[in-house]
Amino acid sequence: MRALDIKVWRELWAMRGQALAIAAVIVSGVTTMVMFLSTYDSLLHTRETYYRDYRFGEVFASLKRAPDQLIHRIKEISGIERVKTRVVAAANIDIPGFNEPVIGRLISLPDEGEALLNQLYLRRGRFIEPYQDDEVMVSETFADAHGMQPGDSLYVIIKGKRKALTIVGIVLSPEYVYQIAPGAFFPDYKHYGVMWMGGTALASAYEMEGAFNDVSLTLTPDGSLGTVLDALDDLLAPYGGFGAYPREDQFSHRFLSVEMRQLRTMATVFPLIFVGVAAFLLNVVLHRLINTQRDQIAILKAFGYSNTAVGLHYVKLVVLIVFLGVLLGVVLGVYWGRELSLIYMDFYRFPYLHYLLRPVVVITASAVTLLAAISGTLLAVRQAVAMSPAEAMRPESPTIYRATFLERIGLQRFFTQPTKMILRHIERRPLKSLFSVIGIALAGGIMMVGNFQEDAINYMVDVQFSQSKRDDLSVRFIDPTSRRALHELQVMEGVRHVEPYRTVPVRMRFEHRTYRTGLEGIEPDGELVRVLDSRLQPIFLPAEGVVLTDYLATLLGVMPGDMLTLEVLEEHRPVLQVPVVALSKQYLGVWGYMRLDALNRLMREGETISGAYLAVDSNIRQQLYGELKEIPRVANTVVTKSAVQSFYDTMAETVLFFSFIANMLGATIAVGVVYNTARIALSERGRELASLRVLGFTHGEVGYILLGELALLTLVAIPLGFLVGEGLCAFLASQFKTELYRVPLVLERDTYANAAMVVLLSAGASGAVIWRKLGRLDLVGVLKTRE
Amino acid sequence: MNRTTDERKVVFHASGVTKVYQMGEVKVHALRGIDLDLYSGELVVLLGPSGSGKSTLLNILGGLDTATSGQVSYLGRELTRASEKELTEYRRYHVGFVFQFYNLIPSLTARENVAAVTEIARQPMAPEEALQLVGLGQRLDHFPSQLSGGEQQRIAIARAIAKNPAVLLCDEPTGALDSTTGIVVLEALERVNRELATTTVLITHNAGIAAMADRVIHLADGAIAEIYINAVKQPARELSW
Repeated sequence: MRALDIKVWRELWAMRGQALAIAAVIVSGVTTMVMFLSTYDSLLHTRETYYRDYRFGEVFASLKRAPDQLIHRIKEISGIERVKTRVVAAANIDIPGFNEPVIGRLISLPDEGEALLNQLYLRRGRFIEPYQDDEVMVSETFADAHGMQPGDSLYVIIKGKRKALTIVGIVLSPEYVYQIAPGAFFPDYKHYGVMWMGGTALASAYEMEGAFNDVSLTLTPDGSLGTVLDALDDLLAPYGGFGAYPREDQFSHRFLSVEMRQLRTMATVFPLIFVGVAAFLLNVVLHRLINTQRDQIAILKAFGYSNTAVGLHYVKLVVLIVFLGVLLGVVLGVYWGRELSLIYMDFYRFPYLHYLLRPVVVITASAVTLLAAISGTLLAVRQAVAMSPAEAMRPESPTIYRATFLERIGLQRFFTQPTKMILRHIERRPLKSLFSVIGIALAGGIMMVGNFQEDAINYMVDVQFSQSKRDDLSVRFIDPTSRRALHELQVMEGVRHVEPYRTVPVRMRFEHRTYRTGLEGIEPDGELVRVLDSRLQPIFLPAEGVVLTDYLATLLGVMPGDMLTLEVLEEHRPVLQVPVVALSKQYLGVWGYMRLDALNRLMREGETISGAYLAVDSNIRQQLYGELKEIPRVANTVVTKSAVQSFYDTMAETVLFFSFIANMLGATIAVGVVYNTARIALSERGRELASLRVLGFTHGEVGYILLGELALLTLVAIPLGFLVGEGLCAFLASQFKTELYRVPLVLERDTYANAAMVVLLSAGASGAVIWRKLGRLDLVGVLKTRE
Repeated sequence: MNRTTDERKVVFHASGVTKVYQMGEVKVHALRGIDLDLYSGELVVLLGPSGSGKSTLLNILGGLDTATSGQVSYLGRELTRASEKELTEYRRYHVGFVFQFYNLIPSLTARENVAAVTEIARQPMAPEEALQLVGLGQRLDHFPSQLSGGEQQRIAIARAIAKNPAVLLCDEPTGALDSTTGIVVLEALERVNRELATTTVLITHNAGIAAMADRVIHLADGAIAEIYINAVKQPARELSW
């Protein structure tokens, strides 16, 4: 081995602490990048495979009822490849031993053979035997929530008739990756289940013999989506069609896409920060490291090594460190990428996971890090070799200092000499100090991002369920019904308060923009449902006009005062004009609100309601559930609070994972910055500090000079880190605005405290290591050597 | 200055001092049994070629290093067995150091460099007074980068004496300076020794400096080769090399 190469290894070993700290930062950067991007790629790939293998439909439509023969006319629409008609029925489910209300969505399967579209993945058990009318397959989430196994039985109540079914299979469907009950905001697997029955059996129970109420289809490669949607709408309109919609509006798919988009944002933003910080640190640290090797470079040059050889020598050193970091980063990134993908796979109930690590991800991560490292190195080396060897070997002339600003304005008498040293040193190299501060601040900011998710969710849930929707239960009638139906609920024991609502499915239109959602009529001064303004104060609904969720108004480009067109998607499908009177703050869903009486007038109906919100005594809730089931016109009951709980449960794992990762990586960066800053400061100022030790300064007094500076930088960095964190979170929040939910920029005090604490602990740990090194300063050497 | 050395107070007493460094697998005997007394107020030059052990001896006297065997006491207190903490305190209150390469704190002005030491001393003189003594009363607020080598070294001397140390230890104080500047520095040392009666030990391999000493101790190969008293001390100003 050549002498210079031996020097590389020796020096790598001598500076192993620093090398490890640098490598750790690279590891964080590369790990995050590989983890997030591979997770995103894997999920996307898995979803596409799943959709393709299980023939997920591309166009969907539901309707009141149409005869089976209509399928022939649907098939005649040009551009259609496959069509599948089905019966989809809402039902109440009775599960032995579980008293709470459960809503089911029953979907028919062909009596024989596999479904043409939206096929099922069998997890456990078997498919339904042909023409068997007492068998059912249930979705896995639902089965798991209730601990159901093939062979267990449950009861469905369809059209008031109770039917016993045996579970034969537990399945997954590409159509129900996300399962959210109509009108609900979160998945609630205990109270909402999707299940499949034989076609004949379901049709006869739902009184749909020879008819269907749901269509899905796929397009030929050259089929035009717009044409097909229009043709299908026209065809289904006489049969009570609710409007055809493309896959991108399919609920589960849309939710999944939104989540994927967010994941992609995370997958881009997080690694960008980490790799950016790592690159930045590398650049700074290596630059300073090589500055401390000035005399060595001079000696090498004096020996006759060329500038290129010297440069290459240091590049080798750096490449080794980077290589170590990248290698470890890729390994950890793949490991965590798999873990994260598995968490998501479990969360979405994908039947399988195709873990995908694209080489370009690894190459990009390595290239960015390497580039940053090498550029920092070469820059420093270039400065070092620019000097003539003789000049570089001469003792460095004393660095030029001057009194700091604080002293010049007359505060100098408050500072001891060591304090002046700290201040002047910081002011002497403001950029260097700034870099350290920025590095630490980024570390703090990243940790805040990790906890932001939890704060935001808590806030959203609080606004939605403590301030806006405050009911315990909501009851939905089978068909819109007279307001008199409320009495039946009011007199029930344990019901404290009842408020009616009317919901109408609509397509809202303003200029060329449309949006499919619902319009809800509520009591203007209700206690259970309140529409909130931007300051979260309840809005008293005016006698006329509609209040829109602020985000919906943005989607439609509509402002208060504008006239909105409503295409009602039920019954006679009137097209109505209504003024927008106000906007409401709402973090979940997008919706339009009107006064109940105004909506009734608009719809030219009497005092009609769709259901009611209930406030009930918690101690007799169980009994109430049973009684509500007995009321024939009650289609279903939703337990609001349990939906919240189940949402928390679902989110808990991902939230924890994110905050764990962010905190760990944040701490790594903090240690990387602080330790390297301190370590370099020690090598730059070791001689000065050793001189002071010789002059009788204690270990503590010398420690104050070195660590005091770091402490000061850290303390400055913490509030700056808060700003960085707020900025990052604000950016993420701005990226996480969808019709499903808008993430508010809410950061709890604990989040700030946590970030500050981890930064302080990391800085403290680095300080402790430096403190020990300070105790081993070479006092004798300092008398003889000059640098 | 015709008192005999025996009448004066012993500041340092060394007997049988050895120092062995383990350099890898080789043992280096830096000191091989030194017996020596240093007296209050005298100016001693430790003369010897490099490797003779003079720096090692100075380091042990200054509490920077400990002897492998033998005893060193300072005003009756045992230095050989002192703890790290006691040695720090010893350096802080009793010893003034002057280094070959000055070792000033670049971020502090002349006055502040001195103040850095007087702030932690027990009965220091004012920094200005110390700087006056070395002839730098006019350059109080200059930073080291604004001063010449000789000026920097004189600040270092001011810094060393400002705490009113019992002993001033100088390791090749003129080693990095040309002879003209070196003489100015030596004059400062001479003045300090004379006016404050600070015991001064000066290391050098430059025999030309020996003439300014009360006593010259010649070291070679880790042992005292010769000690002689200068019958007539030559003023620093008259030295040349």
